[in-house]
Amino acid sequence: MTLRQQLRDKISAAFYRHGLLCASYPVPIILFTSASILTCCYPLLRLPLPGTGPVEYTTGVRDYSVPSHEPQGDLGERPDWYRGPPVAYIQQVVVKAAVSPWDSSLVPVDVFRSPLGRAFSLLEEIRNHVHSDGLETLCLQVTDLFPGLRRMQSVLPEHGCLLVSPGNYWQNQRELFDLDPDLLKTIQKHEPKGLHTSATLRDLLFGVPGKYTGVSHYNRKRVVTYTITVVLSTYDASFLGGLRARLKQLHPSANCSLRDDHMVHVHFKEEIGIAELVPLVTTYFILFAYIYFSTRKIDMVKSKWGLALAAVVTVLSSLLMSVGLCTLFGLTPTLNGGEIFPYLVVVIGLENVLVLTKSVVSTPVDLEVKLRIAQGLSNESWSIMKNMATELCIILIGYFTLVPAIQEFCLFAVVGLVSDFFLQMFFFTTVLSIDIRRMELADLNRRLPAEAGLPPTKPGPLRPREVPPPPRPSPHTITLQTPRGPVGTVIWIGILVYTDPAGIRAYLAAQVSEQSPLGDPGGGGLPPHLGVAPVFRGGDPTSTLTIKPPDPTPSPENQSQGHHRASARTGPLAQAPPPAVPQITWGAEDEEGWRRLSFRHWPSLFSYYNITLAKRYISILPVIPVTVHLSPQEAIETRHPQDTRHPPPSIPKVSADLQTDLTLYKVAALGLAAGVLLVLLLFCLYRVLCPRNYGQNGVIHGRRRRGDLPCDDYGYSPPVSEISPLLLRGHSMDIECLASDGMLLASCCLAGQIRVWDTQTGDCLTVIPNEGLRRSSSGGCWEPREGWDGVGGALEPECFGPSLGCDGPSEEEVYPLRRRAAPAWPTLFGDQPDLTPLIDTNFASQPPSHLCTPPRHGFDFGGLVERAYMEHERPSPSAYPSPSSASSSPPTGASLQRRPSTGDVAVFSTQERASAAGTQAGADGESSVWAMELRGNLIAAGRSSGKLELWDAVEGSLRCINEDGGSGITALAFLNNRIVAARLNGSLDFFTVEINKPPGLLQYRGAPGRGSMPPSPCYSSEDVISCQLTRSVQCAHQKPITVLRAAAGRVVTGSQDHTVRVYRLEDSCCLFTLQGHSGGITAIYIDQTMVLASGGQDGAICLWDVLTGSRVSHVYGHRGDVTSLVCTTSCVISSGLDDLICIWDRSTGIKLYSIQQVQCTAANLLFPTHTCFFGCVSFWDLNFGDLLQTVYLGQSSDGQGVRQLLVLDNAAIICDFGSELSLVYVPSVLEKLD
Amino acid sequence: MSLTLTAMSDSAVIRGQPKMPRPNWGPYISVITNRTTNLVIRGAMLFSVGVFLALVLNLLQVQRNVTLFPPDVISSIFSSAWWVPPCCGTASALIGLLYPCIDSRLGEPHKFKREWSSVMRCVAVFVGINHASAKVDFANNVQLSLTLAALSVGLWWTFDRSRSGFGLGVSIALLATLATQLLVYNGVFQYTSPDFLYIRSWLPCIFFAGVITMGNIGRQLALYEGKFCQEKTHQD
Repeated sequence: MTLRQQLRDKISAAFYRHGLLCASYPVPIILFTSASILTCCYPLLRLPLPGTGPVEYTTGVRDYSVPSHEPQGDLGERPDWYRGPPVAYIQQVVVKAAVSPWDSSLVPVDVFRSPLGRAFSLLEEIRNHVHSDGLETLCLQVTDLFPGLRRMQSVLPEHGCLLVSPGNYWQNQRELFDLDPDLLKTIQKHEPKGLHTSATLRDLLFGVPGKYTGVSHYNRKRVVTYTITVVLSTYDASFLGGLRARLKQLHPSANCSLRDDHMVHVHFKEEIGIAELVPLVTTYFILFAYIYFSTRKIDMVKSKWGLALAAVVTVLSSLLMSVGLCTLFGLTPTLNGGEIFPYLVVVIGLENVLVLTKSVVSTPVDLEVKLRIAQGLSNESWSIMKNMATELCIILIGYFTLVPAIQEFCLFAVVGLVSDFFLQMFFFTTVLSIDIRRMELADLNRRLPAEAGLPPTKPGPLRPREVPPPPRPSPHTITLQTPRGPVGTVIWIGILVYTDPAGIRAYLAAQVSEQSPLGDPGGGGLPPHLGVAPVFRGGDPTSTLTIKPPDPTPSPENQSQGHHRASARTGPLAQAPPPAVPQITWGAEDEEGWRRLSFRHWPSLFSYYNITLAKRYISILPVIPVTVHLSPQEAIETRHPQDTRHPPPSIPKVSADLQTDLTLYKVAALGLAAGVLLVLLLFCLYRVLCPRNYGQNGVIHGRRRRGDLPCDDYGYSPPVSEISPLLLRGHSMDIECLASDGMLLASCCLAGQIRVWDTQTGDCLTVIPNEGLRRSSSGGCWEPREGWDGVGGALEPECFGPSLGCDGPSEEEVYPLRRRAAPAWPTLFGDQPDLTPLIDTNFASQPPSHLCTPPRHGFDFGGLVERAYMEHERPSPSAYPSPSSASSSPPTGASLQRRPSTGDVAVFSTQERASAAGTQAGADGESSVWAMELRGNLIAAGRSSGKLELWDAVEGSLRCINEDGGSGITALAFLNNRIVAARLNGSLDFFTVEINKPPGLLQYRGAPGRGSMPPSPCYSSEDVISCQLTRSVQCAHQKPITVLRAAAGRVVTGSQDHTVRVYRLEDSCCLFTLQGHSGGITAIYIDQTMVLASGGQDGAICLWDVLTGSRVSHVYGHRGDVTSLVCTTSCVISSGLDDLICIWDRSTGIKLYSIQQVQCTAANLLFPTHTCFFGCVSFWDLNFGDLLQTVYLGQSSDGQGVRQLLVLDNAAIICDFGSELSLVYVPSVLEKLD
Repeated sequence: MSLTLTAMSDSAVIRGQPKMPRPNWGPYISVITNRTTNLVIRGAMLFSVGVFLALVLNLLQVQRNVTLFPPDVISSIFSSAWWVPPCCGTASALIGLLYPCIDSRLGEPHKFKREWSSVMRCVAVFVGINHASAKVDFANNVQLSLTLAALSVGLWWTFDRSRSGFGLGVSIALLATLATQLLVYNGVFQYTSPDFLYIRSWLPCIFFAGVITMGNIGRQLALYEGKFCQEKTHQD
């Protein structure tokens, strides 16, 4: 086993297990996948939407002048949009306020109530600032809100200056603020519900992102940040400078080192123009066409659209995941996402999804769903992995082009490919399993009424199909109902948290703040436990105070002291987790705090006043920092009476600045962990509660070992049948040839022994031993001889069968004849539609004998018949001697009777051999039977020496022998009274069997109604049979003839020279030579309706019109030889060396479905299909592709596979099983067909 | 123009061929007429596809000011010369008809990935190559040309893999490049920064990829006709 093979097996095994897993727990896996998709897409929320990201340009403040409209000569770095005045100048006053020092008597609301209150005084300050002009002359005058924004009416200024601050929540009136019992509720009231990507009102008014404001109950940092945004229409440096100086003077920020010498101009892009839109639309059109044509191929599933949707979702979310992951690791996409998106989809492709679907759908329908999924996955695992490796290689090559854009594209593509693979494996496979399960349920429902209509009083053992396979419904209900526990809830919460970060976070915050873990003191209508809450609230700072280094408790009255302290203290207290004196620091992030806002912040603010920023720019002036320190006294004074009802948050854990971020992640991580744990738990529970392992444990994946009982590759045991095969024992060597005509069965083993069996009872009727062998070894142990070894050589002395040239003494050649003989059957394929027409029993008119055979055969029949009649009058009064042979032991009455005649032959042949030794040295040797046919009670046996023998099947006597050809007979056909023999050298011989029958002795064998075949007349032993070569077609084929079939008056031969020839049986005239195969012909089917199908070594199947010789259709069905072919009225069934059984539509040549089988050593197909593999025979329902039943042929025969299969009309199936024959009846199948 | 002319003569020969061998077969006249109408339909479809792609891809180039047309010619809404789309359409129709013909002449039917989804993929990759040539900033022209050449050959290997396709693609691309050189030489239009005589050096790659794409579409369309005819004869 090569390394590659090992790898392949391992991959296949892994995929198999994975498929089982996916199909077993669909809902948890889908939830898990959705959760991971959303997790990976979370960073996308921070991304600007593609194509509309703003562009920035920074200039200095000092020498700023409004750019002119005319394009200047020396553009330099100046972008071409930087012309003319901006729409507006934005001046932000960033306020950081804190109550300091923090007193233990303060409640959480104090963190932000009084700092927010300071906004009103600041506003007054700004409004009343007069330098050269007032604010009213400089600011952007807005007139009216955009109609349709009534909601905003109360909070956004409707006229006058566009001045935005948190005070807008309270109409800029301090009184309203003071009277507001719940500030957070007021703020929260205006938040939009659900997912939002653009700026919210809260962001607009506060001017900083929500989580940086610090306006919440569990703000551990106790610093509140907000901005007062002034929108100016004209730039007045002196006014702004004065304002800055004034504010800095009023509220000095000690450790503030913000730069104030740069102003940023932000240009907002225009709407996408038509020139860019047309190619974009085109690529998207192509993309959709691609998706359409791809998903159109999904077939044979319950919900085509559902699967198509799943496929598209798979691809799209893999792309989103790739972008999200890349963003997470700091790779901000510079490419226009909308433009490269279609190409990414095309690169990633839907092919794998389709391949998976196809593979799963083509698995046997009767298997359990999870096994089908697993099998389908496993089948395609190697190609999927190979394709993926190839694609990754190509993308890697692209990565080394060193072009930044292409590199970025390749990076995205790689991540996309990997995530796509992940999603295919988890998401799509699971969806597929659900779909297929649904389809099976639908099938079940569809079939149930039909089966319910049957009389229920058929409890017999012959209807195993009626009992529905127990595993099918149970996993469905189990897997659907088990996860409805806490797992779903937890995962659902996790999803919610990730989907809506702002809303849920605020909601969670409110929940956490209102319901403390220690019995909600605030909510629930209970009276607030005011006594309890302060204790805990007081406990928190003390516990933390013990950790940090002790510092003197500041006096609450001394505001200036706290002020100084805050400004003086820098380093040592920075590490203290919740500082008693809140630190107000100014960092670089505050310098351009607006960057943390949504990029839609300004456009949305202006759009409220019907001002568009598209293709225009705004100038953002450097911020004015304002630091406000409030004394606890002041905080308590401004307190609203209801504020104290809110208990403090009791989560004193880690440093405060990480808290808000970490909470979110913790909740999510806990949710995920709980989900995974619960999945594992459920898995264990499932394993414990359902001890039935549906093939998961029993047989480890891989090829079934030889001799194992189960038939399926994947450990699936089909319903065990009550049918036990009837074993026909007696041959000492492997059986080579089988022939049957429905009633009798002839078999020939390697030792040359021919046995005739009754197909109804399984009794051995006749044994015809190999004379030569028996004579040479004088009845002792039989020497095995390999008849197939030598084609031309190994011709051992043949004791019986005088050559035709020496059959002059016709007395010896007259053998008793009782029945008709049968045509031979080719050694490989036992497909024999029983098409025996009625035989012309009018033997009185004897046909004239043919050229090469001496006419002596036809003469003297009267005398011969008399003699034969006298000789055999005693043993054959009745036609059908089945009671005479009761056991399978060879020495029966029939064989005893046979002895004299064979003895005669033996004696005769030795004489003849002596006389003919000089002329026919080679042909005289002992040869093995290569082909055999049975018709009526005549066995036609073709030997490797080229001799054709006709034996009486019941009496075991040699009736006729013909030695015209020198080359071995590879195939025989026996139709009407003609025998066609195909020889090794490619020639084709037509023989005529002539029967001279005494009148009145015509007998019928068997009851006419027993089988579907017409009652065939029998030859009696009184008949005189002769076999004459009527025509020999030399060089019918260039190479050995492999297949010979005869039906409907035509003889069809297939040869290794790639051609099929059609002959007319009557005059042996070659009608057509059919060319079209590119390999030797291995299978031919022809039936009464002149349907001709041929299969070759190239795996092709051709359908021909026998009347015109034209090819009707030509399909490539198999990877390897076509081993067997059968046509029904509507379809063609073929089996090949690739272990597939394919069912084709006969008229269109479209493959309907295929059945994967393993080690199908021999297959014979009929309606319903029977096939066999190692050690068992399976029955398939042709309509549904279901495995109906499997019959085991005994476990004792280790390593002996079924080699040949013969189907009889009375539903018995004969299997060549080493040296044994098995007789299988299929009543249940017939019943179903009725 | 020379490309158009030669291809035109080619197509005349090709169109004549299916009719010639069986002049007397009465029952097959319907099939032949069907075949002609089929050919016309196919040609029309290919033509429209070519025109459409030409317009779209031209827009890409015009955006980046790669191609400059004289100002008086820019009168159409699509800001390119009026004769470009018809030329491209004709060329694509000819190529799309030529490919299946060559296949049948050579007797090696193209069986690799004969599906519409694959064709769509091919078209998308072709548009992507154009996109890359127009919008991606490369360090120098050699790099651009090499990358595009690799992409084009990759396109052929992914979607075609036939020797005839490659040969035809290369020859037609060479012819088209020659024709463009002549056009630019005669001052019909010009490129902003020519680096390969008068044209851009990536032009042959684009031509090659376009030929492969149109051949792919043409083969797929021909497959439909083949199926149709087969069914027809079967019914007869």
